[in-house]
Amino acid sequence: MDNSQKMSTLKKRLEEWQDQVSTMAERPVSFNTISGVPVKQLYSPLDVDKFDYEKDLGLPGSYPYTRGVQDNMYRGRYWTMRQFSGFGDAFDSNRRYRYLLEQGQTGLSVAFDLPTIMGYDSDHERSLGEVGRCGVAIDSLEDMETLFDQIPLDRVTTSMTINGPAAILWCMYLANAENHGVSLRQVGGTIQNDILKEYIAQKSWIFPPVPSMRLITDIFSFATDHVPKWNTISISGYHIREAGSTAVQELAFTLADGFAYIEAGIAAGLNVDTFAPRLSFFFNAHLDFFEEICKYRAARRIWSRHLKERYGAKDPRSLKLRFHTQTAGCSLTAQEPENNIVRTALEALSAVLGGTQSLHTNSMDEVLALPTEKAVTIALRTQQIIAHESGVANTIDPLAGSYYVEALTTQMEAEAEVYFDRIEQLGGVLKAIDCGFFQQEIADAAYLYQLAVERQERIIVGVNRFNSDEKPQIELLKIDPDVEFKQVEKLSKLRKKRDNNAVSSALSELKVTAATNENLIPKILAAVKCYTTEGEIVAALKEVFGVYKEKPLF
Amino acid sequence: MTSKKIRVLVAKPGLDGHDRGARVVARALRDAGMEVIYTGLHQTPEQVAETALQEDVDVVGLSILSGTHMTLVPKIKRLLVDNSMKDVLLVVGGIIPEEDAMVLINEGYADQVFTPGDALEKICSYITGHFT
Repeated sequence: MDNSQKMSTLKKRLEEWQDQVSTMAERPVSFNTISGVPVKQLYSPLDVDKFDYEKDLGLPGSYPYTRGVQDNMYRGRYWTMRQFSGFGDAFDSNRRYRYLLEQGQTGLSVAFDLPTIMGYDSDHERSLGEVGRCGVAIDSLEDMETLFDQIPLDRVTTSMTINGPAAILWCMYLANAENHGVSLRQVGGTIQNDILKEYIAQKSWIFPPVPSMRLITDIFSFATDHVPKWNTISISGYHIREAGSTAVQELAFTLADGFAYIEAGIAAGLNVDTFAPRLSFFFNAHLDFFEEICKYRAARRIWSRHLKERYGAKDPRSLKLRFHTQTAGCSLTAQEPENNIVRTALEALSAVLGGTQSLHTNSMDEVLALPTEKAVTIALRTQQIIAHESGVANTIDPLAGSYYVEALTTQMEAEAEVYFDRIEQLGGVLKAIDCGFFQQEIADAAYLYQLAVERQERIIVGVNRFNSDEKPQIELLKIDPDVEFKQVEKLSKLRKKRDNNAVSSALSELKVTAATNENLIPKILAAVKCYTTEGEIVAALKEVFGVYKEKPLF
Repeated sequence: MTSKKIRVLVAKPGLDGHDRGARVVARALRDAGMEVIYTGLHQTPEQVAETALQEDVDVVGLSILSGTHMTLVPKIKRLLVDNSMKDVLLVVGGIIPEEDAMVLINEGYADQVFTPGDALEKICSYITGHFT
């Protein structure tokens, strides 16, 4: 029998089987993914009949990278275990980082407090009550020095979740590394630096889109010339998903942002192959196991195809979508928080089976507060158990060839392409942000999801089913209320002891350069080196760039 | 009880940008028949009180997920009282540990506190119940 005969026989048998099972009772639920995508009861070769192994999968480390970006993936080395962490002042967080490194963590990831994220110094009136709460308070190079005290910056790579003021925090990190004898060519790490998803979902913006995009292309260009090992951007779907999007929206909006950065770099006169290899991604790992795995596989395939075919990239490194994953904060429940350990383990497993390059596993208590040392240790151990005990890292992309996984991967790719067309029709990502397209799509999805939970169409164990009235008995991390006071005092001492003439001239130079097209990074670097604070630099840039305002919608 | 619609201001004070909860609740209150005004993000306590006064609302709903509730809620309550809005129902939603919620309610800063996992229906019926 040739292949087409086999297929038609299979088709006939499947139809018979379908008739038979359609008379059988099914559980009274809708069989959808967590994103609302219908799932069939069975997948077979008929669902992948147009599938072409070479064209759609290829080998790991080769185009279109569906099976992974490295040739040997986890056979060579495991993903980087990188717990996002930061609280209190630089001293508190430094202690936590050194603890995590001692426990076998392999990279650092800095969480900044909201004043730092929004570009205010700790003594600004808008910072009142916020200092050191959601992350670590960093005002100047002095705090950055404390934060990385006794940490070998030539060996440990650091990821910093910072966007609006990314250039400033990056310059502080670089200046500190240089002071420790680590050259800019040696130093490695990532800045999130993804402003588009701030307007779309995370909502921590400072400047309007045009000057924000200029800061980003300035970073691309400076890093290409001077800091070649740095990941200049981490294009993030994580926050889009946390804001309530579906998996396909996360995939499509994130990659659309990625294309917008590629286009901005090209428009700034850069050759795509000089900066595309340093672009990285950041995805969410939500609870729908197979949907998540397919999302990562589809993301790699889409990125490589667009980079090659649409943007003419030639360097294979430009075509590789490398990504960090964090398990879904929004999937955690305040009720019976220990259950979150299990949710996180399932999510982490999907990220590993999807070929992530680095991973953060949430701590069980993160829905209630920043994690305690005990909770974060369990979260890290979860990754270590997946790596060293489960056996899933023994072979590369082990789910490839599954009829369901391949069919869903292809389907998600096709649905993402539909979104790319819609965004294009709206005039591109910036125009789509301006008319509230992404924001409305995400708000709609979030509301539909919540209604499904309310109606018990979606079950959350311990919340709307199988719940007990017992109050959670777990210990929570308390932020020392003196942190704000101590930080403000430290800052006022700094303002007295530094060379204030150097600071004012650095700030005036910064403003002059901001009004031209010249690269701003050397000026920011000069400003941080003389201990100009983050808030002072942001305030100066606001005078030239203005601030962003969103139209509130719900 | 008149047939006048309950007017609610949903507000995001502070620097926190997490607006999923605020926007979902705003929509649920609207679907439950209330008149909803949403402030948008990054509001100062003064801006929240000012909008509440201008919009002549019956309810102020604050959404705070950044742990800043013990600073922001009392401040907003005081501003409402100073602006002759002491009878405005003040509800708070967010990541609020139970002991903090007890303090906010017992000290009279907030009328009610809702936390993750609370049903939309519970929030809507608390508010409508108050005006029945």
